[in-house]
Amino acid sequence: MQIIKDKAIVEDQWVHFDGQGDLPDGDLIVSLDVWQTRANELQGRRVGLQLEPDQHPKDVRDELANFELIAINFPTFMDGRGYSYAKILRDRFGFEGEIRAVGDVMRDQMFYMQRCGFTAYEVKEGRDIHDAIKAFDDFSVKYQVSADEHIPIYRRR
Amino acid sequence: MYKYDENDRRIVLERAAQFKSQVERRLTGALKEEEFRPLRLQNGLYLQLHAYMLRVAVPYGLMSSTQMRMLSHIASKYDRGYGHMTTRQNIQFNWPKLDDVPSILDDLASVEMHAIQTSGNCIRNISADQFAGVIADEVVDPRPYAEIMRQWSTFHPEFAYLPRKFKFAFTGATTDRAAVQFHDIGFHALKNDAGEVGFKIYVGGGMGRTPMIGKVVSEFVPEKDLLLYTEAIMRVYNQFGRRDNKYKARIKILVHEMKLEEFTRRVEDEFTALLEEGGLPLDQAEIDRVAAYFVDPAYEDLPEKSASLDQNLADNRDFSFWYRQNVLTHKKTGYAIVNLSLKKPGVPPGDLTDVQMLAIADLADKYSFGEIRSTHEQNLVLADVRKDDLFDLWGALNASGFADPNIGTLQDMICCPGLDFCTLANARSIPIADKITSRFDDMDYLYDLGELKLKMSGCINACGHHHVGHIGILGVNKKGTELYQITLGGSAGDDASVGKIMGPGFDEDGIVPALEKILATYIDLREDGEEFLATYRRVGMTPFKETLYANH
Ligand code: HEM
Ligand code: SF4
Repeated sequence: MQIIKDKAIVEDQWVHFDGQGDLPDGDLIVSLDVWQTRANELQGRRVGLQLEPDQHPKDVRDELANFELIAINFPTFMDGRGYSYAKILRDRFGFEGEIRAVGDVMRDQMFYMQRCGFTAYEVKEGRDIHDAIKAFDDFSVKYQVSADEHIPIYRRR
Repeated sequence: MYKYDENDRRIVLERAAQFKSQVERRLTGALKEEEFRPLRLQNGLYLQLHAYMLRVAVPYGLMSSTQMRMLSHIASKYDRGYGHMTTRQNIQFNWPKLDDVPSILDDLASVEMHAIQTSGNCIRNISADQFAGVIADEVVDPRPYAEIMRQWSTFHPEFAYLPRKFKFAFTGATTDRAAVQFHDIGFHALKNDAGEVGFKIYVGGGMGRTPMIGKVVSEFVPEKDLLLYTEAIMRVYNQFGRRDNKYKARIKILVHEMKLEEFTRRVEDEFTALLEEGGLPLDQAEIDRVAAYFVDPAYEDLPEKSASLDQNLADNRDFSFWYRQNVLTHKKTGYAIVNLSLKKPGVPPGDLTDVQMLAIADLADKYSFGEIRSTHEQNLVLADVRKDDLFDLWGALNASGFADPNIGTLQDMICCPGLDFCTLANARSIPIADKITSRFDDMDYLYDLGELKLKMSGCINACGHHHVGHIGILGVNKKGTELYQITLGGSAGDDASVGKIMGPGFDEDGIVPALEKILATYIDLREDGEEFLATYRRVGMTPFKETLYANH
C-alpha cells in the first residue's frame, strides 16, 4: 500500500495486525489491547502502537520508548482529539518517531495534521493520494506556533 | 483599524484558492456532500431552505468604508441586493450560488475580508464591544487582544475539529455590551491593582437549547498568558467535550457535568504543563505592534460644547429625540458615538440594501474616519462623529433610512431569519417582528416604556438571543401550527440572567395582544423611573401571568 510519509509518496513498510491468529512477519502496528495481551510475542519486534480517540498518549507515556511509530486513528475526520494527541506526543513527551494518521484521512485535514506533528498519512481508501499530497502547499503562512513551527509569526514578520 | 501585512494578505488569498479547489472537487463529485459539508461550513457556507447562505466575517465588528463598498458590490452582483447583519456582528448573504462563492471570496480578499471560520466546529469569528476604544467607561481597549486572538485562532491546527462550534467575545469596559457571559469563552479585559492588564475569563456560557451563564475560570490571566491559557482551555475541551451527542457537545455542558472546580483544575494543570514544555508568553512587542493599529484617529481638539448642536437640538424636536436615543457620549470631548438603526417596520431587523451600504460607506468617510462598526444587536455604529456634524449626519441618515430614533426601545428588537430562510426554523420570525414593530410604532409610548430588550428566535437554537431578552419570543411548532412562546427576565448585561417561560405560546394573531398585556401590566406595576427588567425582578412572574392568562 502507498502512503504519504515525510511529504513523499512511498510504499508502506508496516503491517496492521488486528490481533487475530499468529503474528505476521514484518513490522507491526498494533492496538493498545494487542500490545498488552501479546507483549511476550512482540518482544524484539519493531512495533508501532495505534491509539484510538479515547486513548490519551499520557497513558502510555512511560512505554513510548518501545515504539518506532505511533498511529492515531480517526474513525471519523470530525473527531479532532487526535490533533491534540500528536501535539502532546511531540511537544510534551518528545516523541521523535513517526506519527501516522490512519482512518478517515483526507487531503483537507492533512495541513492541520502535519502542523500538529504528524509525519505520515494513510490516505483514506478511494482517495487520490497524488492529489492529497498537494495539501501541504495549501498555506504558506502559519499564524500559530505548533509542533512544526516554534517561532511565533510576530518574530518572523 | 487593523491593516493586513503580507502574511495576512497571503493567508486569505490562499484560503480563497483552497476553497476554490474544494468547490471544484465537489462539483466534479470527487468530494461527497457529507465530506464537503464541514469544509464549506468552516468557510461560512450553509445550505439553507432556498439557497446557499454565505456568512462573511467582520472581526470584532470593525469595517472600513472600502470593505462596506465591497459588501455592497457583493450584494448587488451575487445576491438579491441586500445583506443581513447578525448577532455575531457578521454579515450574511442569502442567495449566492455555489459556483460564485470562490469569486466572492476573491473579491472579499481584495479588501482584507473573508468567511473563514464563520461557521463549523471551530473557533468562530470573534465578537467584541461595538464601542471599544471610544466609550468613556472603558478600562482596556479589547480590540488589540481580539485581533491577536483572531490571528491565533485562524486555522489553528489543533482546534479545527472541535466537538462543536466555539465562540469568543471580548469586552474591556465596566459595562459589558458584548454578552461575554453568554459565550463559550468570554474575555473581560481589566487592570489589577498594580495597573497591569489581564483578563477575567468566563467559560461555558451560551444559549441554544440549554442556556447557561458563563462561569469564571480565572479572575485574572495576565495579558502575556492570554494565548497559552486559552490553549489550555481549548485542549481540555477538545479532549473531554462530548462527541456522542451534539446537543451535549458544547463546553457549557462539559463545565456543568465536570463541575467548575474540576474543569478549572484541569485547565490549570494543562496551562502549567504548557509553560513547562516551553510555551511562549505573548511578547509585549507584539501587543504593542497590534495596539498601534487601534490608536485614536486624528481627533481635533474640540470644546465640550457645540453651539450649533445645541441650537439644532433646541430648534428641532425630531433631531433632539434622535440625539437622545441614538447618540452616545464619546470619551473625547467634541465627539459623539452614533448608532444607525437597522430596525423599522417593513424591514427585517438587521437587513440593509446594497444602496444603503454605499450610503453608509460615504457617510463613514465624510463623518467618521472611514470606519463602521456592527453590533450584536444588529445595528451599525459610526463611532467618531464631531458634535458639530451631528445635525448634517442626521439629515443624511434620514435620507437613507437609518435615523429611526429607536435604539434601546422595543422597536430595536433582535430577530433571527426564522422560517423565511433557515432550514432549522420551527416558525417564522421576520413577519412576527414586523407585526410587533408596526403595532408599537408610537414613539411617545415606546419612550415611556423605557429601555426594553425584545429578542426573538425562530427555534430553540436561539440565534435571536430570546433567552436574554427582557422579553423573549421563541417560535415553536405544535402539531403543525406555529406558536410563539414568551419568556421574561433575561439579560445579556452585567446582571446576566436567563429568561423564564411564561406559559403556553400564542399563535400569530395572539402574540401582539399578549405583548400589549405584558406591557400594560408593567406600566401598572412600575415604580417611578423603574425599567421593565427591574420591575419584573421586583414583582416576579405571577402578576404578568395573571393578566396574560386571565381568560384562559
Ligand atoms: C439562517 C441560517 C442559520 C443557521 C442554519 C443557524 C444555525 C444555528 C444553530 C444550529 C445554532 C445552535 C447552537 C447550539 O446548539 O448551541 C445557532 C445558534 C446561534 N446562532 Fe445561528 N443560525 C443561522 C442564522 C443566524 C443568524 C442570522 C444569527 C444572527 C442574527 C445567528 C447567530 C447565532 C447565535 C448568536 C447563536 C447562539 C447560540 C449560543 O450562544 O449558544 N445565527 N445557530
Ligand atoms: S434561531 Fe433557529 S430559526 Fe433562527 S436562525 Fe437560528 S437556527 Fe434558524
